[in-house]
Amino acid sequence: MSNPAITPELIAKHGLSPEEYEKVLSILAREPSFEELGVFSVMWSEHCSYKNSRPELRKFPTTGPSVLVKAGEENAGVIDIGDGWAVAFKIESHNHPSAVEPFQGAATGVGGIIRDIFTMGARPVFLMDSLRFGSIEGDSEQAKTNRRLFSGVVAGIAHYGNCIGLPTIAGEVYFDESYSGNPLVNAFCLGILRHDQIARGAAEGIGNPVFYVGAETGRDGLAGAAFASRELTEESKADRPAVQVGDPFREKLLLEACLELLATDAVAGIQDMGAAGLTCSTCETASRGGTGVEIDIQLVPQRAKGQTPYEVLLSESQERMLVIVKKGREDVVKRIFEKWDLPYAEIGKVTDDGMMRVRNGNDVVVNVPARSLADDGPLYSREAAPFTPPAALDLATVPQADPETALPKLLAHPSIASKRWVWRQYDHMVRTGTAVLPGSDAAVFIVREANKILAAATDCNAIYCKLDPSVGARIAVAECARNLACSGAVPIGVTDNLNFGNPHKPENFYQLRAAVEGISEGCRAFGVPVTGGNVSLYNESPAGAIDPTPTISMVGTIADASHITTQAFKEAGDQIYLLGETGNELGGSHYLLAIHGRKEGAPPALDFDKEIAIHNALLGVIRKGLIRSAHDCSEGGLAVAIAESTFGTGLGATIDLGTTDQRPEVDLFNETQGRIVISTKASDSAALEKDLATSGVPFRKIGEVTAKQEFSIKTGANAYSWKVAELEGVFESAIPSLMEG
Amino acid sequence: MAPIMKVAVIQFPGSNCDTDCQAALLSFPGVEAEIVWHKETSLAGYDAVVLPGGFSYGDYLRCGSIARFSPIMGAVRAAADAGVLVLGICNGFQILCEAGLLPGTLLRNNGLLFRCEHLHLRVENTDTPFTSVLHKGQVLDIPIAHGEGNYFADPETLKALQANNQILVRYCDASGNVTPAANPNGSLENIAGICSHGRNVFGLMPHPERVCDPLLGGAEGRGIFQSMIEAVQKSKS
Repeated sequence: MSNPAITPELIAKHGLSPEEYEKVLSILAREPSFEELGVFSVMWSEHCSYKNSRPELRKFPTTGPSVLVKAGEENAGVIDIGDGWAVAFKIESHNHPSAVEPFQGAATGVGGIIRDIFTMGARPVFLMDSLRFGSIEGDSEQAKTNRRLFSGVVAGIAHYGNCIGLPTIAGEVYFDESYSGNPLVNAFCLGILRHDQIARGAAEGIGNPVFYVGAETGRDGLAGAAFASRELTEESKADRPAVQVGDPFREKLLLEACLELLATDAVAGIQDMGAAGLTCSTCETASRGGTGVEIDIQLVPQRAKGQTPYEVLLSESQERMLVIVKKGREDVVKRIFEKWDLPYAEIGKVTDDGMMRVRNGNDVVVNVPARSLADDGPLYSREAAPFTPPAALDLATVPQADPETALPKLLAHPSIASKRWVWRQYDHMVRTGTAVLPGSDAAVFIVREANKILAAATDCNAIYCKLDPSVGARIAVAECARNLACSGAVPIGVTDNLNFGNPHKPENFYQLRAAVEGISEGCRAFGVPVTGGNVSLYNESPAGAIDPTPTISMVGTIADASHITTQAFKEAGDQIYLLGETGNELGGSHYLLAIHGRKEGAPPALDFDKEIAIHNALLGVIRKGLIRSAHDCSEGGLAVAIAESTFGTGLGATIDLGTTDQRPEVDLFNETQGRIVISTKASDSAALEKDLATSGVPFRKIGEVTAKQEFSIKTGANAYSWKVAELEGVFESAIPSLMEG
Repeated sequence: MAPIMKVAVIQFPGSNCDTDCQAALLSFPGVEAEIVWHKETSLAGYDAVVLPGGFSYGDYLRCGSIARFSPIMGAVRAAADAGVLVLGICNGFQILCEAGLLPGTLLRNNGLLFRCEHLHLRVENTDTPFTSVLHKGQVLDIPIAHGEGNYFADPETLKALQANNQILVRYCDASGNVTPAANPNGSLENIAGICSHGRNVFGLMPHPERVCDPLLGGAEGRGIFQSMIEAVQKSKS
């Protein structure tokens, strides 16, 4: 089969601009082959090169005494957690594939992030997911599509995670019109390893053999990285072949075989084949090693006959790895991969000329400097539109609404309602380490082999980010840290998934830049590094860009099992306190959205100093054993937080907020940051108050946990009450009734 | 000192609760538990065998249907015939059914979705090596995690199971009532686990190994392993 001629149309179809093609010509000093055009196209796509975002990403704080592998150096960052143990973790998006094929798109998103972690030599131990869909309410065609996407994505995550045997222990799901037609699927994986087990993705040792291990290459996922770097259109369905098909069973075998192989000393370098498959793994390992790599396409295990070199190079077939083996140790690969019944083949060798060279038998089809692909791609500084921070919401424009009917409405809003329907489909207990089940502020996982307790949370309120990207991003970091503090954990690192629209549009680029700066500020404030992450741009459907969604995942450690704290109230008679002060605001709140249909105003302000003081004070009293529950106030405010703390406990709460000069809806539902509802044994009240007073943070007693299963709240002259069973009923049934009718 | 019980935990390709089972067993002082690769052919020297949960062979074709042909299954069958204790959990239960070591089969959950959650089991028979330290009617809080746990058997098989008291645990509510609402997957008669006619092979869908540590949500799975230890000790004395 002959290759097509290189025409301007073919170049444009490959997503290369005329200037980028000029750069290709000057690197090669000749016209590229068809295969080389494909290789440049995927390697210089936003997905692989971060050409539009890299100058911004350099603003992240990435260093620190605990950082063993820095962001961007390898497939995932690695952080020291003491006693010779470390964690590798990262979040990555699979938005575009999930939009056109939700089940496989989400499944392979999970598979891809797991490979990123075990490529580092780490044993994956748990997963989280951050998901966004359009509205699932109503009978419109769009709502039906959104429900199909939602159920397909959840089933895909369940399929992959459950089969490979990793618990999905936390996450978030939001529903908003801006994601209609462009859902977000961000998957997180964390792995554990000894310091001396860190594996590198570098092609080291001239003459070392290059092995291909894992599943055979097929035609699935052709040029998926380039597909992910375009806007979604009506025609995107035709791109379904760009979506990969996942096989979690193969990945389980590959995971075990690779960890077994890495435990020997036979490996010089290892790299997963994810985006841009064989192309990316060969040129990246060569570039990192300062070497060249030469492979022969004809030696690659293939699923179908008659695949062209172009197809084999650009395929994103899943469950494959590239391993650089120390010369003379080839037998170790053979023994281990035969044990696990996995395909493997020696397909090439490390060379000293810095070239990525691909042969098809005797023909050389690609001969390109590896660095030019992996590191010397184009970089763009895009234009950011000027931004005027939004004016505060004028409360006078918000009509009165009855809080007694508003609370159940808020609890039934799919973004706030129980996500049990989601996480019941995920095995969240396998590997027997899940100490706090999904549904509390942060997941807590005990890593048996390391005797360490980890906590993890993922957060982003995209309404805040839409209204003011900088403030929204800062809040995302703070809320993650607050969730960790509520579980008794101290943060150690952050991974971020930057989901934005087309960066060529200046307002979108402003959002990206402001969010990166906000995240950076937050991470510096909490003293945690960004250990890596992912950028997903071009999240647009014909209706426009998504709300900017810089998803933050934060990992923390808990020093002692006795510090593990959950959001649920524990016993009647326990005293309830509120940490932090409540402002007179409703801007960007879910109350404003769910009750009044408005997404406007200024998001709540965030003061890192006050926030950190509250987290430290909370951790102090948790360590002294004075706290029985802790739950932060987020979407839906104080009333939703207290209601949630009663659910599943068989208890109620009586709250009195005292005198107030604010409207009751503001006191109950506003989203002022830095507030945490805690409860303590009555006999510990005095000690708690003394301790909190010493730390100087604002706090006040607001009520008591009751045996009567009723939630009552007084604010000023107004009093409201609800039966807990009724609130819990709407909270639990909202999503199942939408999904199952 | 010789172990009080030496257990083989079989690792099939795709097993994913193998190390969880091993860790749960090792939390009992004096118990040894080793992972045994499915390509092995002997189980000599083991007092008990555990077929753990997971997705052996990716659950392709039908859960457990390929694993039953693994080389180790000859030894598992021989051990079962010789009276050695064989415990199959979740996928292990499915494999035991496919291998004919337990009657009946496990169909797709009637709700079609995978379900992972804590729920309650009522102990129906304590006259077995797997339930002897429990008491009849006792309610255990043990989680499930499966997509295909809907136990089914033909009427004659079911009658035989009842006649021989082979139904060891049923799904129930927190008070021990066996109700349709407490049935998570559509299992016939709320059956969660059954034993063989000879009592030494036990398969159940719930995961007792996940509730062997109060820090991880409870320790109500320990009774099953404790019963096995006592049965092994009795047989040795």
